[in-house]
Order: sequence, then structure tokens, then C-alpha cells
Amino acid sequence: MQSLTNKPGSAITQSLRGMALSHPDTIKVHFDPDFVERLAPARSGKVAVISGSGSGHEPLPIGYVGLGMLDAACPGPIFTSPSPVQLLAAVHSVDHGGGVLFVVKNYAGGVLNTELTIEIALQEGIDARYVLVNDDVSIPKVANRRGLGASALACKIAGAAAESGYTLAAAEEVTRRAIASSRSMGVGTNVNTLPRNGPNDNLADDSIELGVGIHGEPGEVRSVSKGMPEIVDLIVHPILHDLPFASGDRVLLLISGMGGTPPLELYLFSEAIHELLAAHHLRVERQLIGNYLTCLGRGGYTITLMRLDDELLQLWDAPVHTPVLHW
Amino acid sequence: MAQEITTKQLRKWLLVYAARIIENEDHLTKLDTAIGDADHGVNMRRGMGKLQERLQVERQSEDISAFLRSVAMTLISGVGGAAGPLYGTFFLRAATSPTNGSSIDLPQLTQMFRYGLDGLQQRGKAQADDKTMIDTIQPAVEAMEAAVAAHQSAAVVLAAARQAAHLGMKHTIEIEARKGRASYLGPHSIGHQDPGATSAYFLFETAAEVLTITGAD
Repeated sequence: MQSLTNKPGSAITQSLRGMALSHPDTIKVHFDPDFVERLAPARSGKVAVISGSGSGHEPLPIGYVGLGMLDAACPGPIFTSPSPVQLLAAVHSVDHGGGVLFVVKNYAGGVLNTELTIEIALQEGIDARYVLVNDDVSIPKVANRRGLGASALACKIAGAAAESGYTLAAAEEVTRRAIASSRSMGVGTNVNTLPRNGPNDNLADDSIELGVGIHGEPGEVRSVSKGMPEIVDLIVHPILHDLPFASGDRVLLLISGMGGTPPLELYLFSEAIHELLAAHHLRVERQLIGNYLTCLGRGGYTITLMRLDDELLQLWDAPVHTPVLHW
Repeated sequence: MAQEITTKQLRKWLLVYAARIIENEDHLTKLDTAIGDADHGVNMRRGMGKLQERLQVERQSEDISAFLRSVAMTLISGVGGAAGPLYGTFFLRAATSPTNGSSIDLPQLTQMFRYGLDGLQQRGKAQADDKTMIDTIQPAVEAMEAAVAAHQSAAVVLAAARQAAHLGMKHTIEIEARKGRASYLGPHSIGHQDPGATSAYFLFETAAEVLTITGAD
């Protein structure tokens, strides 16, 4: 079968239409400029939470639109930030008078477009701010760290805070804390469905690529002939040591496939990671496993740990009704 | 007597700028094909088309700040990519500089460019010698400031800006890109003129042609 993603422009529009048809009780989709908006009414004065992202990472961010999470999400072209025109249209549509909080992955284009959007919104008298997601421990310099799994977690925390009446400043603060408490690592297994060819296209069977990004950014090729426990060690140790997580910490564990990894493999991985976390006396209080942020159809996964405190746990557990998360 | 530049003249300047960019679409495409993703010519041409439409429906008398702000919004939506937000920021910040309502004097014009430059640097986080539009605009603004401080006429001030912008644009051939897509090429970016620096040069080339003529239409 021909890959639908070979025609990015029309694929995005058609996929958005399909998404609206699939979740008619949760979201509505606007075109030209493109953004997805929640259907659940919001009370006046509620902080609006918006996230934009290049397409190709679904369900991030559009699958997280709905009650208790995002008020709107803006999908850009494949792996390319949405424009300020899209972001501003979303602002105008979902501002309820309580200000706007953007959740932004740390990539140059997204930051540039969000900062400009905020400047225009402020000139229009709309209070707007952004939080930067930079949880990728594979990048040594913190300022350069990319946004990975914490992007989805931050949208949940921000959305729950906004829904439960936090002010803009308070929602921003708790979302920053959620991000600061999160660390992630991406690992690639194969790249056969990526639109762009890179230097590590043909990984040997006993090799992984450590520290890959979600746009096909290459990582470091490592031979892992000893199987899952060795893979998990390579991925999880940098995460644990970076924050650092300590014995007894309560954590939220997110295991996300990158789009081309079968659930069977994710659960293989889950077994090994649970053993390792137990050995470090970390208490996995909440977890998600599945496709939560992807890289089109590449093989691989991202692991995210967020250290929980009472407030973060309460916000995580708060009701949510989106195409992807609902409880 | 101080020379005043009106909204009408600024409109004329940007119409000439738009036409100049459209004439140079292929040139910009060629430059961006060498070190970028080959879309600068197309994006700028599309944005300039929108700008022409916008400027042609302009009311006769308008506040300069509102005028520049509307130019900014047109460029943000019309150009797209990275250049749209960057040019948009330039004009959005220029719109916050002090004016006399529907006219500006030469020091104010210079300050307007300075505001735009500062906004651009803040937003794009580029410095001189990163091989970006900053390499054109920064020396041009500095040349304007020096000429204004020396009480030169508009013709001299804008000629100095054009010359400095031209040198800055040509300087981008010699340096390695440290910002933007060209930076992925590292040393291989040397030997190529930066497309953003080139489209920015035309701002000063056309300003020197249009804004020095008193009472220009």
C-alpha cells in the first residue's frame, strides 16, 4: 500500500476531517487557518491552554483537545511549526478572558512563532504566556533540550489546572514544575517509514539508536546484543541520573511508541523497565503505554518519567475528555 | 528645515520594495537552493503580492504606527515560513517607535529601523556574522545612526544605509552560517550569499530610491 503521508498537504487536511468525524462529541476542526477546538463549553474567565506542533507526531497535540486538557491545538505542516496566523486564530477563538497559556516544545520554529503570537496577543490586550518543554536528556546542554513525552504530560497538567480555576500565573507555574520534574529519552529501532533518509537508515538487528528526536534527528548507534535489559539500562539510566530521581519517588511513567513499533514490543519494553524502576525503588503511581507522541511511522519509543507530588497527581487524575485521554 | 517622511511615502517605498522582490524571485530561489530549502523566493513573492493588495487599498491618510502594524500582519500571514514571522517582527516593532502621527523626521525614521532591528535580533536570536538578514540590517542601521548624528540629509543618510547594507549582504558570502537552515551545512555554507540578507538588502536599496524625494508620491 502506498503511504498516505507521501502527500503531506492533502493528507493533513483529510486526516483532520476524519478526526472531526471520528470524535464529533469532543472536538471541532477549523480550516484555513487550521486548528482544532474543544466542543465542551468553558466558563468565562477560564485560562485557555493551546499547543501547536508540526504534524506527524499525532496524537500530539490535536488528540489532546477537550475538557480538562487543551482548548485548542494547531497542526503545522509535517514536522514544521504552525504559523502565527493559526496560533492567533486559536487565541481569538478560545480566549475566555482568563488569558492564554501555550505549551511549546523546544524547537526554534515553534518558539519563534509562539513568541510572535504572544507579542501580538499582548498588544491586543490578551494576556498570553508560554511554557517551554525541554525534557530530552540525550542533549547535554539544557537550553538545547528538545521537547518529548513531557509535551503531552504538560498539556494535561496545564489543562487540568485551567479547568479547576487556576489563574494564568498559577497554571503557568505548576506546568513549569511538571516539566521540570520530567525527563525523557527517545530510542530508535528502524526508520524505514520516515520521509527523509538519514545516516542511520539501516540499523543492524542488534543495534538501537539512542537519543533520537521525533523528527528523525539521528541519535547514537549502540550495539545491544544482550537484549531488552541492556536496552532499558541504556535508556533509563540517563533519565534517572539527570533529575535525579531518588529511591521512594512517586513517578508517572509514559512509554510511547513512535508510530512504527508494535504494542507487543512496547510491552516487552514495559516488563524490563518496570523491573529496573522497582530495583531503584521508584513507585510507578500512574502510567500510559501506547502511541502518545510519534514520529510518523518510525520504529522506536520515547520513555518519560515525571516525578509526582500531591498537586501534580491531583491534576493528572482530574477529569479529562479528549480523543486520546478520557477519565 | 527638518525633512518629514509621510505614511504616503512609506507606502510608496514598500510598493517599490514589493515589486523589487517579485523581480528578484528567481535570484532569491537560486540563493536559497544553494544553502536552504529553496522556498525564500516563492514565499517572499507570495507575501509581496499580498502586500501590494494591502497597500493598494490603503486610505490616503493614516497613522504611521497603524500602517506599519498592518504591514507586519500582512507579511506574517502572506510570507509564512521563518521569513514571515521575522519580517513581521521587524515591522511590528518598527510600529512601536515614536512618530508624529502621520509623519516622521529623519531621526525618527532611523529609530524606526533600530526598533525593527532590535526586535528581529531578540526574536531570531541571531547576531552579526551568523549569516542572516541581521548582517544586512545591522550595518545599515548603524550607518544611518552615524549619518544622522552628523546631521546629514535624508539622501546622504539613506545612501549610507544602502551602501552598508550592500557590503553586509556581500559579507555573508564569506562567512559560515550559524543560524537558520544553512547552519546545518556548517563550513559548506561559505561561498554562498544569504537569501534573507539579500531580501533585506532591497529594503534599503528601495528606501534610498524612494524616501529621499521630498513630496514623493
